[in-house]
Amino acid sequence: MSILIGDETRALVQGITGSEGRFHTERMLQDGTKIVAGVTPGKAGESVEGVPVFDTVADAVAETGANASILFVPPAFAADAIMEAAEARLDLVVCLTEGIPIQDMLIARRYVDLVGVKLIGPNTPGLISPGKSKLGVMASYIHRPGPIGIISRSGTLSYEVVHQLTALGIGQSTCIGIGGDPIVGLSFSELLPIFETDEETVGIVLVGEIGGSAEEEAAVVISERISKPVVAFIAGRTAPPGRQMGHAGAIITEGLGTAEAKVSALREAGADVAVSPAEIGARMARQLR
Amino acid sequence: MRIHEYQAKEIFAKYGLPVAPSRAVSTVDDAVGAAGELDYPVAVKAQIHAGGRGKGGGIVIAQDEETLRETATCLLSHALVTSQTGPDGRVVRKLLIEKAAAIAEERYLAVTVDRARRSIVIVASRTGGIDIEEVARENPEAILKEWIDPAVGLRPFQAHRLARKLALPVASVRPATELILTLYRFFCREDCTLAEINPLAITEDAKLVAIDAKVAFDDSGLFRHPETAKLRDETEEDPVEVEASAVNLNYIKLDGNVGCLVNGAGLAMATMDLIDHVGARPANFLDVGGGATAEMIEKGVRILVGDPDVQAVLINIFGGILRCDVLAEGVVAAVKAVDAKCPVIIRLEGTNVDAGREILRSSGLSFRTASDLREAAQMIGDAVKEAP
Repeated sequence: MSILIGDETRALVQGITGSEGRFHTERMLQDGTKIVAGVTPGKAGESVEGVPVFDTVADAVAETGANASILFVPPAFAADAIMEAAEARLDLVVCLTEGIPIQDMLIARRYVDLVGVKLIGPNTPGLISPGKSKLGVMASYIHRPGPIGIISRSGTLSYEVVHQLTALGIGQSTCIGIGGDPIVGLSFSELLPIFETDEETVGIVLVGEIGGSAEEEAAVVISERISKPVVAFIAGRTAPPGRQMGHAGAIITEGLGTAEAKVSALREAGADVAVSPAEIGARMARQLR
Repeated sequence: MRIHEYQAKEIFAKYGLPVAPSRAVSTVDDAVGAAGELDYPVAVKAQIHAGGRGKGGGIVIAQDEETLRETATCLLSHALVTSQTGPDGRVVRKLLIEKAAAIAEERYLAVTVDRARRSIVIVASRTGGIDIEEVARENPEAILKEWIDPAVGLRPFQAHRLARKLALPVASVRPATELILTLYRFFCREDCTLAEINPLAITEDAKLVAIDAKVAFDDSGLFRHPETAKLRDETEEDPVEVEASAVNLNYIKLDGNVGCLVNGAGLAMATMDLIDHVGARPANFLDVGGGATAEMIEKGVRILVGDPDVQAVLINIFGGILRCDVLAEGVVAAVKAVDAKCPVIIRLEGTNVDAGREILRSSGLSFRTASDLREAAQMIGDAVKEAP
């Protein structure tokens, strides 16, 4: 097992005819992802890497039975594309786009909740179940199939964690980038219980950062509902307040969203919180012993 | 993106939000001229992107020309230090001269985004003109909120409910309801992240007036508001940060002794934390992003070694899309070009890592290459201890 994506995932790619869509469709196919359709308005009838292109998500789903979508759509159109995918009742929508206006995302997230569709992202490298399926842009060769679930707000920092684990001989069940924006789809608190019930997953790494309260909400879920070991790291202990640290969501405002508050909430909930980013993998190895 | 009070009030006026007559000026003579047109008393308000202006002496009521001249002369072209500017303050380049209102009472009103509830929220308080964060800490029940369902938008009954809770004179409840609806409309149409009126004054003749206006825009929304994007005042920003952003580098200056260049925001923050963990202090945040070119890397390294406080530089790259060989070429070119004197520690991992390491090795430069984060941390610790 893995969570959210696996052998049964039949993906469509929204924005498949753009340069990024094309490039990553090829790479996802190489990594074993079943991509059954592409969608670009006005490009029906074309094909990319042998994948047929449709005008709309609804057409693509009707023809191919796609059950998930990954979006390579520019910021101005991304929220609309998320809602188009949600309206087609796909199981999962993954949006990689960085720079979607926050008000667009407020509406898109409300809509996916309304129709009961799971959204990952935006502003994420996506997710991967090593050896099975990848809906994302991460370099797959650093991953190994195995027992650890990873949930991260940061892309490259999750690569770092994967690399540390793989070097220690510990593989991953599913690695999920939830996205660095203030408003995203599934968050830590919604993903932790899914990992809890996944038979393959033995331990969970949570990689948070300053800004917002997603880590504090996760702490409540960990203390109430998670029995598997959780190793956590919060980036931004040394970040100055009031400054946006690269990610739109990584900002301490009015004294809220500090690393200290998140670390102490997670520690109180029983998570093993690493102080140095160099020791995340080693801490998980210790938990597994 | 922040804008100045005078810019916010110009937009407020277009939306029909109540503001006092005012003029933005940049010389003492223009200030006197504006006050003459508006008639005394006038408020003289320093235009900087920082709060705490009142307590810092940046807002003065002038009853006559003499006081106005004196105040304008003191403020213009001088640094104003407030609780939010840092010790160096901000240079005042413009003043807002505003007709002073006869204020009877003050309230607080703002529209912002509540991340945890994933909605826009209207925040209000019966006590205005104060530090709202302080009220939130000490007297949280004095903060009134209306959350807005993104699927429905702000409904008039919600605006009315909030207006009633503000304990306004009876005649002001309906105008306040309208004002809340208009402020919300402005917030949504202009892609704001904050629209704050503090204080919202009730004048002696029961009129509402926005005495201050603090507005911030969603950077991600600026592409659909080209007119708004022009309101950016780069003189309010760190010049090196502006220079970096011109080449798509995300750089923030800090006051430490170890510079760092990293790909990805989360890894960049984690690298700062790592530097701190070994007893040194990060000199900056620098995210070169996923698609950095050799030129961007070179520019980044130049900025780091150009910081006189930097005793060592750590380059930490986990290459995915950004290939390690491309990065290595950029680093070698930059270090050769700027003749860096401080130790440069490089930790490379990811796509084409072997080619990247070979480029560093054969460059003839004395890089210290770390095989993982743990070793990189050790090397920073050593480098800082060696520093003169």
